[in-house]
Amino acid sequence: MSILVLADHDQGKLSPATQRVLGAVATLGDAADVLVAGENIGVVAEAAAKLPGVQKVSVADNAAYASQSAEALAGLLSGLVDGYEYIVASAGAVGRDVMPRLAAKLDVMPVTDVIAIHGADRFDRPVYAGNAIETVVNTQAKKLLTIRASAFAPIKGDGQAPIEPVSLADIKSVVEFIAELRTENDTPDLGTAQIVVGGGQSFASAENFKMVEKLAAVLGAAVGATRAAVDAGYAPNDWQVGQTGKIIAPDLYIAIGISGALQHLAGIQGAKKIIAINLDPEAPLVKLADLALIGDLFEVVPALTAALEQRLKA
Amino acid sequence: MKILVAVKRVVDHNVRIRVKPDGSGVETANVRMSMNPFCKNAVEAAVQLAEQGHATEIVAVSIGPKAASDVLLTAMAMGVNRSILIETDARVEPLAVAKLLQAVVDEEKPDLVLLGKQAVDDDSNQTGQMLAGLLDWPQATFASAIEVEDGAVKVTREVDYGRAESRLPLPAIITADLRLNTPRNTALPMVMKARQKPLAVRPVAEFGVDITPRLQIEKTTPPAERSGGKTVGSVDDLVTAIGDDVANMEAL
Repeated sequence: MSILVLADHDQGKLSPATQRVLGAVATLGDAADVLVAGENIGVVAEAAAKLPGVQKVSVADNAAYASQSAEALAGLLSGLVDGYEYIVASAGAVGRDVMPRLAAKLDVMPVTDVIAIHGADRFDRPVYAGNAIETVVNTQAKKLLTIRASAFAPIKGDGQAPIEPVSLADIKSVVEFIAELRTENDTPDLGTAQIVVGGGQSFASAENFKMVEKLAAVLGAAVGATRAAVDAGYAPNDWQVGQTGKIIAPDLYIAIGISGALQHLAGIQGAKKIIAINLDPEAPLVKLADLALIGDLFEVVPALTAALEQRLKA
Repeated sequence: MKILVAVKRVVDHNVRIRVKPDGSGVETANVRMSMNPFCKNAVEAAVQLAEQGHATEIVAVSIGPKAASDVLLTAMAMGVNRSILIETDARVEPLAVAKLLQAVVDEEKPDLVLLGKQAVDDDSNQTGQMLAGLLDWPQATFASAIEVEDGAVKVTREVDYGRAESRLPLPAIITADLRLNTPRNTALPMVMKARQKPLAVRPVAEFGVDITPRLQIEKTTPPAERSGGKTVGSVDDLVTAIGDDVANMEAL
């Protein structure tokens, strides 16, 4: 069973999602070939080559791939897929963008957002914002998958795979990349963090929302936000958790002042443990949480942050 | 320019869905249906482009049963000029949907196709990308802002690190994210007026596309139940609980 994995990377670093994708496909057969496409990505390729479960790392280093454009990546992949049964990417923004475009070129129906793999051709994926799980049977000769990285454990150990450059055909992309509008923060990656602290609209201002960031910093956690908090400008859009934001599956999710709209719940169902802090004992998320504290977040959060800081220092 | 906008009729996003006990799918009989929210953002974007003087005609297309003409009516009430319903009662996968849309693009020759980034029933998030792949047109997925320039569109996309801006020459495909706009409400008089607009109902067979599904849905099950509901009395209890959790976490 031959597998090609498209590596996820950002700012010269291999994304933790790739380790989880490799963990997911490990059950499908042989070690995977990993494609790293981008510009000046030698470091990323080396990081991928050190992972277990990797047979070979192919590197496509060209300015045309710098912005990870779907047109360029799908074009590149379509020339490399011969002989592979599985072509796999994480279901991040790049994988979601590229894989279906590639699939159409290959006349393949992909399976997106895979959360479980049962053998060579049976996959689980969530539908209706995670309120139902479909088991699909995919017997197509080529199987294109995007993997919800947070649903799988990262592959662990060491590897030493060879790194080979890919010979590139003439690349033409009509799309002109203008700018990256990055949120400047150095919080851990939401999709793969072990702990996430999330805040809702109840914080009432961007200034107050910093309380969430402070608690997260104490715990070494990623910061999440509801759509309402993002729309109100309290948090940047890449912190949004939910059906239309990021899907998280941390060991611990601490949800503060979040009532639990359906679309938010869709993003947190994979959390192993949920702790809710809310004034409203009837809030859906309070009912769903493993542990809840009913109280005013403006009193609870500073006290909790100070006490945890003490305890974790000890 | 001419805009084609694709819309899907789905279970209304406010309905708490029920998985059928026999695992054969989700209960859709006697459940409120409406236009997929992301499609609504796409329609609103098209109508705004027309209001700004960039679009001369907007055509909406839907694929589904006869009842899907409802969502086309909604689209026309919002400001779409005319509609096409490709009628079928079969389950149509995104790949087949993209092929049917490609056939409509070949007929209508739009300069821009707008779609929702995903449908809230199957959450696939792929039809727009597939249509772009079939047509070999540039694509801008997860759009939160669109500006029309001379023969091109400047699009802001929601990506993992924040936002990204790119410029696409026309013709192009754009898929809408929720932050693109706030779709207008359609009052009854607008719906009545929309009934006068042309709606062509055409059988799927007319398009010569093989819509046989490539994937079999073996079963549909509810997600694992969470057993929540325990409350603690004080911040100290919470400190203990979180502190213990952190101490027991396996280092990655």
